[in-house]
Order: sequence, then C-alpha cells, then structure tokens
Amino acid sequence: YFTSFPFQQRIEIHKLRQGDNLILGFSIGGGIDQDPTQNPFSEDKTDKGIYVTRVTEGGPAEVAGLQIGDKIMQVNGWDMTMVTHDQARKRLTKRNEEVVRLLVTRQSLQKAVQQSMMS
Amino acid sequence: MSAAMDTESTYSGYSHYSGHSKKAHRQGRDRHKSPRSKDGSRSEKSVTIQTPPAEPLLGNDASRAEEAQDDNWGETTTAITGTSEHSISQEDIARISKDLEDSVGLDCKRYLGLTVAAVLGLLVFLTPIAFILLPQILWRDDLEPCGTVCEGLFISVAFKLLILLIGTWALFFRQPKADVPRVFVFRALLLVLIFLFVFSYWLFYGVRILDSKDTNYQGIVQYAVSLVDALLFIHYLAIVLLELRQLQPMFTVKVVRSTDGESRYYSLGHLSIQRAALVVLENYYRDFTVYNPALLTASKSRAAKHMAGLKVYNVDGPGNNASGQSRAMIAAAARRRDSSHNELYYEEADHERRVRKRRARLVVAVEEAFTHIKRLQAEEQQKAPGEMMDPREAAQAIFPSMARALQKYLRTTRQQQYHSMESILQHLSFCITNNMTPKAFLERYLNPGPTLQYDRDRWFSKQWTLVSEEAVTSGLQDGIVFVLKCLDFSLVVNVKKIPFIKLSEEFIDPKSHKFVLRLQSETSV
Repeated sequence: YFTSFPFQQRIEIHKLRQGDNLILGFSIGGGIDQDPTQNPFSEDKTDKGIYVTRVTEGGPAEVAGLQIGDKIMQVNGWDMTMVTHDQARKRLTKRNEEVVRLLVTRQSLQKAVQQSMMS
Repeated sequence: MSAAMDTESTYSGYSHYSGHSKKAHRQGRDRHKSPRSKDGSRSEKSVTIQTPPAEPLLGNDASRAEEAQDDNWGETTTAITGTSEHSISQEDIARISKDLEDSVGLDCKRYLGLTVAAVLGLLVFLTPIAFILLPQILWRDDLEPCGTVCEGLFISVAFKLLILLIGTWALFFRQPKADVPRVFVFRALLLVLIFLFVFSYWLFYGVRILDSKDTNYQGIVQYAVSLVDALLFIHYLAIVLLELRQLQPMFTVKVVRSTDGESRYYSLGHLSIQRAALVVLENYYRDFTVYNPALLTASKSRAAKHMAGLKVYNVDGPGNNASGQSRAMIAAAARRRDSSHNELYYEEADHERRVRKRRARLVVAVEEAFTHIKRLQAEEQQKAPGEMMDPREAAQAIFPSMARALQKYLRTTRQQQYHSMESILQHLSFCITNNMTPKAFLERYLNPGPTLQYDRDRWFSKQWTLVSEEAVTSGLQDGIVFVLKCLDFSLVVNVKKIPFIKLSEEFIDPKSHKFVLRLQSETSV
C-alpha cells in the first residue's frame, strides 16, 4: 500500500448498521485524560494517543485492514493525537457519517519501511 | 635427642611414619609437653596417669586420641587407632593442673582491694561523728552553749549520714562477681579522692580546732555538716562515674567463637576493655550454645585428610626452599581432582535425614509415655492411696518407654555426654510436677542450649584469659579487637562505634494528601 507518508496507512471503514447504531467493530484506548503508562501497545509510555485495543472478528474494521495496536492519528481529517478519550469516541461515532477515513501508524509498518530503506 | 624427633599429634587414622619425614610439612599445634607425659610413655601407646580430680571422660570418645610421646617411634607400628580408656590427652593435663592451682591459690589482690575500701569507708563514716564528739569530750566546759541551732544540725547530720549509709550499701555492697586482671581505674580514683578529701578535712580540724581548742561549737558542728554534704556529693559523683556513664550505648561489639563461628552482637557504653570483656562473658553463658567438641570431629578429619594427601620428601639434602615447596604442594593439591566436597554434601544430607528420623521417633515415644500419667485431684487422692506416686516415681515409671529413643537421638546429635540418666529423670519429674507437655519436656534435648543450662563439669570454659594489644584498663575505641581465650576455644571480639546519626525533620501537612484517578478505559466503537 503506497502512501505519501512512509510510516502511515490510510484505512477506510464502512460502518455497519446494527439496529439503531452504526458500529465500526473495534475498541479504542488512550487519550490525554488517561494514564499512558498502562497502554500495552505504545512504544513510548508517555504517548497519550488513541490506540486500537481490540478488533472484532469479521467486523468492518478488520475487513478494512485495521489491526490491533494501531495508533489512530486522524479521523476524517480531525486530529486524534491530542484529544480526550470521550472526544475520540465522539469523533468516531458521528451518526451522520457512514464512512470514516482513518490515518493510522503501526510499529510493524515503521520497522518494515526502515528495513527497506536500509537495504 | 628426643626433641629433634618431636612428633606432633594428628587425628588421622592413616599416618605412616618414616624416618626422614620433615617437620615442616606436619603442621600441628604447638603443645608444651609437660614432663609428666614423658614419664608414663615409655613402652606402649596408652598412657596411664592417675590424678585424683580427673574429669570424667567417656571411654568411647575416640576423637580425643592423642599419640603418646614415644622414643621408639621408628620401630613401632604405623597404624594408630583410638587410645584406651585410661589415656588422658594433653589438654586434660593442662586443665587439671590449672584447676588445682586455682583452688589452692589465694585471691590476695581481690581481698586486699576490698579491705582497703572497707576500712576507708568506715573511717569516712565515723569522721563527722568524731568531729562533733571530740570537742565535747576534750574541752566540754569551755564550749559556748549552742541550743536549738546545734540540735537542728545534729538531726540533719544524723539523717544525712543515714542516707549516705543506705546509698553506699545499695550501690557498693555487692558480692564481687568477677576477678579481673587490673584495678578498675574509676574506683581507684574515687577512693584516692575520698581519702585526700577526708585527710585534708582532718588536717584542718587538727590544726585549727583541736590545737587551738576553738570554743565556737556551732562552727565546729557546721564544719562537720559541710563534710557530710561533701560526702553526699562524692557519692553522687561515684554513681555518675561508675554506673551512669556506661549505660548509654556507644559501641556495638561482635563476638565470634573461634571453633564454630557462632556470633552475636551486643551494645555497650563507655567501658574499659576488661569491663567490656566481663559483659561479653556474662552474655556468653546465656546466649551462645554450649561448646561441644564432639561436633568438630568432622571438620578435623577432613582437614587431616587434606594434609595427609600429599607428602613431600626431600631427597636432595639440606638447603631446601621451604616456601617454594609449600607453594608447590598447594598448587598440586588444587590440581588434584578432589571429591571431598561431594562427600561433605552427601554426608550432611544423610546426617540431616537420620536426625530427623530419630527426632520423629523420639517425639512419638515421649508423647505416648506422657499419656500414661494422670494427675490426681485432691478428692481422688483419698480414694486410691495404694496407687499414688510422687513425681519422682512417676518419672521412673514412664522413663523406660522413652529411654531408648532419647538415647539414640542424643547419640546422633552428639549430645550424649551432656545428659546423664539422673539428670534426665530429674528433668522428667520436674516437667511432670509442673504440668508440662511432652514438647516442653523435649525442648531441652532437641536443640543444644546455652552453657548455663548444663552441669558445670561440662562447661569447658571456666578460666578465661584476656588477650589484648591495648592496655586492658583503657576505654573502648572503634576498631579494637581483643580475644578471650579459654583452654579449648577463644572468643574474638571486634568493637565498632555506633555511627553518628543525622536526623532531619520533614513536615507533611495532613491536608496535602490528595489523589487523582488514573484510568485506562477502553471503549468499543
């Protein structure tokens, strides 16, 4: 997947309608009001960004290629690196949006690009 | 002649004496051979010495085997086994001779000090009374009458003397509990001070009052009162110097026993070395487990095996390099594949298992024996007079059922010479009288206790010598080491100063304890 920023990946998720709700099929953790040291996915334990903590099987997120441990940098153009947990939840679950475009970064992606740059 | 062939003793079972073995490789202990041993050792290996107050030595104590000083050692057999029951080792001879000397010798120094102090005390006590009475006796008619003031002073003198008497009795009239090598410096200083003080008072009294026959009786009585006051202050000084100064702990002292490494720590104040040694010894009898020579045989036999493993023979004649040889020996010993650590490990594990098994059998036997005894209440005592037993008989009745297990356990832990059958029976009847459980009865036998618990004959440590590089009357300092030696072992004492503690304070406002929640929530979207 070729993008302009080498460490990042764009993922487009189509929300699934379940009854009255639109679900994306993953869980988030983190935020500037949370404790960053308890985040198991971050490399830097002072990173207060939003991370993907769970991806439901067969859900729209998994189908779109989102993986557990991804850090969400932007949602539909809105920055997610300096938001509270609740603000992040709200930006993801806007009722009038059916598609969300995420910009995520992933450690395995970083390492792969670094290796390919070095070789 | 025989001095050149001075063979040292070893505890090994395999010693081969050849005519050319050099002394340098036989490191034994240097013993002062007393002439007695040479007399009785002409022919055989066993030495029979009849000395009346000989210490009871159990015959099967083969670890005390000592080779007799024998002039024909070149021709006699090479294997040395345990000696017969009549042999007494060199240590015992030294100990017996020392004991004899002690019981006969006079404690001149101790009694001299006591009598001097007693005479001085009596003199000092009678001095104020003499000051008051002498004018009355000698020139009664010339004295000015002095009414209520003098009588008041008489009463105060009487009570102050009474207080002084009680204080001196409480503080100083104590049985001397130790015999120390040197005079106590503070006590001597105080005695000298008191003597000078009273002497100067008498001098003044003799010159100014007796010679001139002073008629002012009130002045004389006040002079006597001032003496008594000053004596009370000297008594206060004595309390502070002799008792209070060493109460505050300034030093921590580590005491290590040389034979098995058992160590303890004690806190001491400002004491002289000899007083510190006294304190250490008093605590030794209470805190350290009893010295048991039978427990040291294992390490000694291992040491002997190490020594006997390699022998170096000098075939090139004199002029050898002794240090080079010993270094070569140590290097060779290190290179040799030695499995003694393996032996030690398995031996210790085996011993541990055996002890535990015997202990289990013992506990069960004793518990069972104790169930046979029941205490009779007062009403029941009238009903069955025939079957009643006093504690001693009850102990004798249940003893046989546990005797074998107890003896086996004591043998395994090598404590058998510390407990005679009589002492076990006494302890058993004591426990029965006081309603003790089997576990309380066994407490004395399961673990070796402090030296005080045992019979005086088995102490191995009654005569102590203080070995010190500093003068024994000098005070304790940081880093001083002194050794308390008795015949069989020694206690090495290391003095360390208690560190200066810098304590600072920090004030915490009780309202400053505030907390915040740190969450890590997970929301599914």
